[in-house]
Amino acid sequence: MKPPPFSYHAPDTIEDAVSLLGSLENAKLLAGGQSLMPMLNMRYAQPDHLIDLNRVAALAFIREEAGGIEIGAMTRQREVEYSKDVARLCPLLAEALPQVGHRQTRNRGTVGGSLAHSDGAAEIPTVAAALDARLTITGPGGAREVAYRDFPVGYLMTALGWDELLVAVHLAAWAPGHGWAFQEFARRHGDFAIVSAAALIERDAAGIVTRAALALGGMGAAPVRAEAAEAALIGRPGSEETIRAAADTCRSIEAQDDVHAPAAYRQKLAGVLACRALARAAQRAQASRVR
Amino acid sequence: MAETRKITCMVNGTERSLEVETRLTLADMLRRELGLTGTHMGCEHGVCGACTVLVDGRSARACLMLAVQADGAAVDTVEGLAPREDALHPLQEAFRDHHGLQCGFCTPGMLMTLKELLADNPDPSEDEVRMAISGNLCRCTGYQGIVDAALDAAARLREDAG
Repeated sequence: MKPPPFSYHAPDTIEDAVSLLGSLENAKLLAGGQSLMPMLNMRYAQPDHLIDLNRVAALAFIREEAGGIEIGAMTRQREVEYSKDVARLCPLLAEALPQVGHRQTRNRGTVGGSLAHSDGAAEIPTVAAALDARLTITGPGGAREVAYRDFPVGYLMTALGWDELLVAVHLAAWAPGHGWAFQEFARRHGDFAIVSAAALIERDAAGIVTRAALALGGMGAAPVRAEAAEAALIGRPGSEETIRAAADTCRSIEAQDDVHAPAAYRQKLAGVLACRALARAAQRAQASRVR
Repeated sequence: MAETRKITCMVNGTERSLEVETRLTLADMLRRELGLTGTHMGCEHGVCGACTVLVDGRSARACLMLAVQADGAAVDTVEGLAPREDALHPLQEAFRDHHGLQCGFCTPGMLMTLKELLADNPDPSEDEVRMAISGNLCRCTGYQGIVDAALDAAARLREDAG
């Protein structure tokens, strides 16, 4: 299998990348290549121009910012997996990372590539949904910010314009002592999840849940927030009973049928994984509260 | 006319300069341009792990990288694993001793993946070994021999280092 012929461009600044993207017909951005390269090898994608972002140093960074962390779009998934700042400020992302593909793909694959490819079963988008991530996007008209909830617009489609590129993702840290958990079911470690659940919980001194977020991956074209489950937890004690009732609401979230699993199976899994993730997050929130 | 680019990279410690088509994958460059056919091609779309090589010390699927992206990088393949022509690397010795291979197709990818794992983590648990090779498919061994070999190689390497 060979990629179709294309003109190859390797800019080393964001400005040059944007300018190439805006001036070339039928151009495609190459990030870590773990999704686009298979599409090129199988000729599902046939760009006339390939703009390789791997030499744009300004896109690869992890830095603490007010209230959270900012991760450059070309930061390798491996860097995030081993980042102490990520583990401290966004432990949910750190827990999800080892389940993103395999060692060999995380060494190359990038955070921005996963977000921009926008597979509805991918772990990084699911974490972005749970954390209400904000994305910085830039194009010929300058930079703009998009909330993650407005980013996926269909199957493998995002709010990115044809002449825009993703620069960074901002993840707001939850309160110190919050609980988190990422759970997924896949047939083989490293495969895309059939369903995944990303949970975050904050509790007060009495153990009452004061804040909760639950995102489910694999249900459809994009990760979904389980709003009914979140509402069922807030203001209540994080007991096993409350968590089970909250998780059960996930069984009625719309899901897709595909070659990997029927919708009903995904809905059942959503309930099971939500329950496990919420229970683990609640337990961690409790443990840190007592400390 | 196909677009080409001149690149220079270190392959198994030797500097190689060559002109490649920009659409050529790193795996095809190694096999066809350099004759290093130890890197195997299974699925050619990043699923089987047979083409795993090390790029600047990190395992990568050579079918998912373009040769032009290796410009300036150090690439290590299975051909560079053994220290001498008449000796095997401890990983290779352990694979032989534990029946870590039958047909041998997945072996180069397994070895390169495990080389990185053992460099990062000289004393992995069985679970860690299984997780590390989850991106490498083997249809012969059932993996047990490979896992046994990896654990034994880790012990041999620790002994050599100790």
